[in-house]
Amino acid sequence: MLNVDGVPTLDDVMRNFPSEERLIKGFVAVHECYQDIPCNPCVESCPVHAISMEKLTTPPVIDFNKCTGCGNCVASCPGLAIFLLSLKNGSAQVTIPYEMMDVPEKGEKVDGLDRYGRKVCEADVARVVKLPSLDKTSRTTLVTLEIPRELLPVVRSFRRR
Amino acid sequence: MSRRIQEHPILEFPRTKEITIVFEGRELVAHEGDTVASALIANGIDVLRDSMSLHRPRGLFCAIGNCSSCLMVINGVPNTRACVTPVSQGMTVERQRDKGMMP
Amino acid sequence: MIFTDVMVIGGGPAGMNAALTAAESGAQVLLVDKFQKLGGQLVKQTHKFFGWADRGAGTRGFNLAKQLAAQVNAHPNIKTLLGYEVIGGYPDQTYLAASWEDHVKISAKKAVICTGAAERMILFENNDLPGVMGAGAVQTLMNEYGVLPGESFLIVGSGNVGVILAYQLLQAGAHVDAVIDVLPKLGGAYWVHAAKVQRLGVPLLLRRTVLGVYGTEHVEEAVTAEVGENMEPVAGTEMHHKVDVVALAVGLMPLTDLFQMLQVRTEYIPELGGFVPWHDELGHTTNPNVYVAGDAGGIEEATTASLGGSIAGLVAAKELGFPVDENRIQEYLRALSSFRESSLSKKVLEGIERMRGDSNA
Repeated sequence: MLNVDGVPTLDDVMRNFPSEERLIKGFVAVHECYQDIPCNPCVESCPVHAISMEKLTTPPVIDFNKCTGCGNCVASCPGLAIFLLSLKNGSAQVTIPYEMMDVPEKGEKVDGLDRYGRKVCEADVARVVKLPSLDKTSRTTLVTLEIPRELLPVVRSFRRR
Repeated sequence: MSRRIQEHPILEFPRTKEITIVFEGRELVAHEGDTVASALIANGIDVLRDSMSLHRPRGLFCAIGNCSSCLMVINGVPNTRACVTPVSQGMTVERQRDKGMMP
Repeated sequence: MIFTDVMVIGGGPAGMNAALTAAESGAQVLLVDKFQKLGGQLVKQTHKFFGWADRGAGTRGFNLAKQLAAQVNAHPNIKTLLGYEVIGGYPDQTYLAASWEDHVKISAKKAVICTGAAERMILFENNDLPGVMGAGAVQTLMNEYGVLPGESFLIVGSGNVGVILAYQLLQAGAHVDAVIDVLPKLGGAYWVHAAKVQRLGVPLLLRRTVLGVYGTEHVEEAVTAEVGENMEPVAGTEMHHKVDVVALAVGLMPLTDLFQMLQVRTEYIPELGGFVPWHDELGHTTNPNVYVAGDAGGIEEATTASLGGSIAGLVAAKELGFPVDENRIQEYLRALSSFRESSLSKKVLEGIERMRGDSNA
């Protein structure tokens, strides 16, 4: 629970979740930023101005219809609290920001983990990109997993086998 | 045993010149840019001194020169903070076992 | 003797910004730091910073330190004295700085003190055993020198320092056994920091304290237990953790020795981390030649330290008669208050109010 351990419940997540109709069109950014942290790099990173913020200390609002799913905000978020989700072509995919050593490769099978690091499924690595691709010290790796459809709101981490 | 980080997803640790320091008569490899404390800990040495009255082992605590947990005898000078003292070739380092006397 | 208009003590985010704004105003600045390298505690932060995108947010801490240090080193009005610690301050505005081999006297018309903070300690059996370290010490060894002081870590304290350390340890390839906290809920860390650590599988154990650590010359095991309503350990709830480092992230206290030496009045303000030099929003202390910025004036974070440093540097230069655009000071003050509009700054604001209130009593 957010006010106990900082981890959102499924209810917290579903309160601000894109419609199935939007998800079927392809990747869309979803944030799990619930505190009034004074922070705005996500707003500045968005090339289509889909993210807005009343002021520095309010959580961001993502316009799911404007969002093109480019992933710039995912890489820019200091809290690693933005993910991309998609249901395009009947395949459920989640993109996770990743800053650890053990970067998986495309095609690899990994364990899909929930918000407490518990294994909830097997997942296929569908894509690995580094954004922004400048130098090693600035970039964040984005790993996209293909997961079971019903776990789209659940899987937010993974572990290599 | 080396505790030096070989790979890191974000940081880069450029290989610097290896130098030798002498810890309690034993030669150890340190890297230029190390502090005495980081060089010793990289070599698996965690006991930096004995406490003054009960002679309990003491190690690194703050690493930024604020506490006095890491006082050692360095190049013969006691009460030297291992955490803020850069290593140099041939430097002698000893555990401090008392309150320290000026040479 | 070195003569300077403004001496800045401490080369962290507050000190580097103070040196820059004072120098930009035309003052000759001497920046002194006891380390051989500028950056203060920014150099060990691998996460991207929060705050305004146009003021460095989204940039990792150690890269921010590099950028600021490059500006400091490029400024013709700033001289740096690295590897020297200011150990004495006297009523005639002279100071003594010492290095390992050497000492130097400094005469400074104004001093901006940005000495930062020290880590707190807690009581448990054998808490002096090597392997019990401040969380910041682990960060320094790991992220600055590339040395991991152990293989398996227990972290005590779930504020930002504790959970960020857990994350950094995972990045460096170490095992994090758990993050514990005696409180019934997260001890002040941003929720997003706590969430990113937990989803990587690090347990957060609440209502739990350290009873002791055991080992001959180094920590080999830590024992923790749950606490009851009265904060006493509950028998039968002990857990044995096979760890070789216990990192304490149980809070910071401002380093105020120099202020006391310089006859600056200090106040005990728990919300700000303990004794702090009384100061106003411009960084003035009760000594007209001494200013404060950053954690030395109260524990907060790097963005507010930077803003406070920028303000104190401008104010010190202005009070020496250098031309300073008053709008710049106001702009930094506005930024500081909009940053502190967050509910996360409530405690700090209460502490500041109490500190200022005490001065009128």
